[in-house]
Amino acid sequence: MRHLHRGLWFMASLALLVALIWGWQVLADARILPRAFFPGPDRTWRALSRGFASGTLVADTLTTLRRLGLGWVLASLLGVGLGALVGTSKWAQDWVAPIFEVLRPLPASAIAPVLLLFLGLTDSMILTLIAFGALWPMLLTTVHGFSNIHPRRKEVARSLGMGRGAFIAKIALPGALPDIMGGLRLGLTVALILVVVGEMITVQGGLGARILLAARAFNAAEIFAGVALLGVIGLVTNALLGLVETRALRWQRR
Amino acid sequence: MTALKGLALPVALLVLWQLAVVLSGMQSDTIAAPDAIFAALGRALTEPAFWADTGDTLAAGGMGLALGFGLGTLSGVLFGLIPPVGRVMRVTVELLRPLPAIAILPIALLIFGFGYRLEVAIVAFGTCFPVLVLTEAAVRQIEPRLSEVARALALSPGARVRKIVLPAVLPRLFVALRLAAGIGLIIAITVEIAANPIGLGARLMQASNSLRPADMYATLFWIGAIGWALNWGMLRLQLWLFPATRGAAQ
Repeated sequence: MRHLHRGLWFMASLALLVALIWGWQVLADARILPRAFFPGPDRTWRALSRGFASGTLVADTLTTLRRLGLGWVLASLLGVGLGALVGTSKWAQDWVAPIFEVLRPLPASAIAPVLLLFLGLTDSMILTLIAFGALWPMLLTTVHGFSNIHPRRKEVARSLGMGRGAFIAKIALPGALPDIMGGLRLGLTVALILVVVGEMITVQGGLGARILLAARAFNAAEIFAGVALLGVIGLVTNALLGLVETRALRWQRR
Repeated sequence: MTALKGLALPVALLVLWQLAVVLSGMQSDTIAAPDAIFAALGRALTEPAFWADTGDTLAAGGMGLALGFGLGTLSGVLFGLIPPVGRVMRVTVELLRPLPAIAILPIALLIFGFGYRLEVAIVAFGTCFPVLVLTEAAVRQIEPRLSEVARALALSPGARVRKIVLPAVLPRLFVALRLAAGIGLIIAITVEIAANPIGLGARLMQASNSLRPADMYATLFWIGAIGWALNWGMLRLQLWLFPATRGAAQ
């Protein structure tokens, strides 16, 4: 009964979305919305299918996805790895961790001009920007997860004669997994923002560069097509990570 | 003592950095010595243009935050109080929410051109959704007995919102404002770096493009200081206004 109830509301909600898109179409057809800014769903759809048919939109989407994936994986490895090192060392928590608190409110995109000086308008600049920017939430949540591990588990590890590596792999990482997964999700959001920013600055292909160039050419349909794809990427990657999260944390809810 | 320990490493790194630059006698387009950076920051702090840039960023970010926070609270209270509205809007909101705010920059650019309005619109878009979600959750978690009291007193919907709902969600609303302020500053700077030629972000880009590393690092330091001060100030304010939120402060 509850399921049915929820399903009905979902359908109603979906219907509202369809109605909104239809209303947008009606307003666009009636020329109430300025055509230069709001092209209407039909012209957006045409821009999408034209882009896919010519292959340029596919190429740009794949470029963005590759950068997003690579940058995010890099940031995850660095963030969780460094977090594990800091989280298991009393020394690092006293001397190194305070720096994180100071660096945290700094907008990650503010690093872009610095990277531009070092790496120029290149692919590696975008990747470094994503990796560096998305690393912080992962690092901080890993450190937080490690610091919440019950002292008795540490005693168990000590009495079993576990080394630091074994403690991290067998006790700390599984225990901190819920926090780490939250960090990975947050990092993905940051990574998606940074891939768009990086592509807008460097104009080295990708959806970010595509929509900015479309704005310069006053091609609104092309912009909406690119933005819609970015929305889909955000939605799908988030949902995928959510699926991985529920699977990885299955053992927790007994 | 812990604060001193925290300071030790950055200070040691700065000294090492300074020594390395002095000893190697390096001239660089990418790296500046700490003393040159602090000199650049000192010079900038006496320039009216620097303060004008700071004001531009804060004003555009602040206006966007006000707009986004207003819209977010309004719809959050509406969705929370009238559950059918919230449920019917669910798919639309969930579709728009994962869209990175910066992605709507080209659309806003077509409509508004460069300037304040571009930045205000994007900051408003980016801050509206987190505030909406937090407000809706806060309204849903209001003690049911309070709603019963409202019904027993036969309060009008307006009076119910003013006298029961708002006071009950105020602490969590402020937490949402604090988080949104941080997001707003980040979006404002990002918009300025990506396209908009005003404010501190644009100053940062200009310094980078004209190979003035000392000015660039000084501006970066300043942006970090503003972000840190904003975060610190809002947190203090929250703990002072709503001491009960201490546990959930972080």
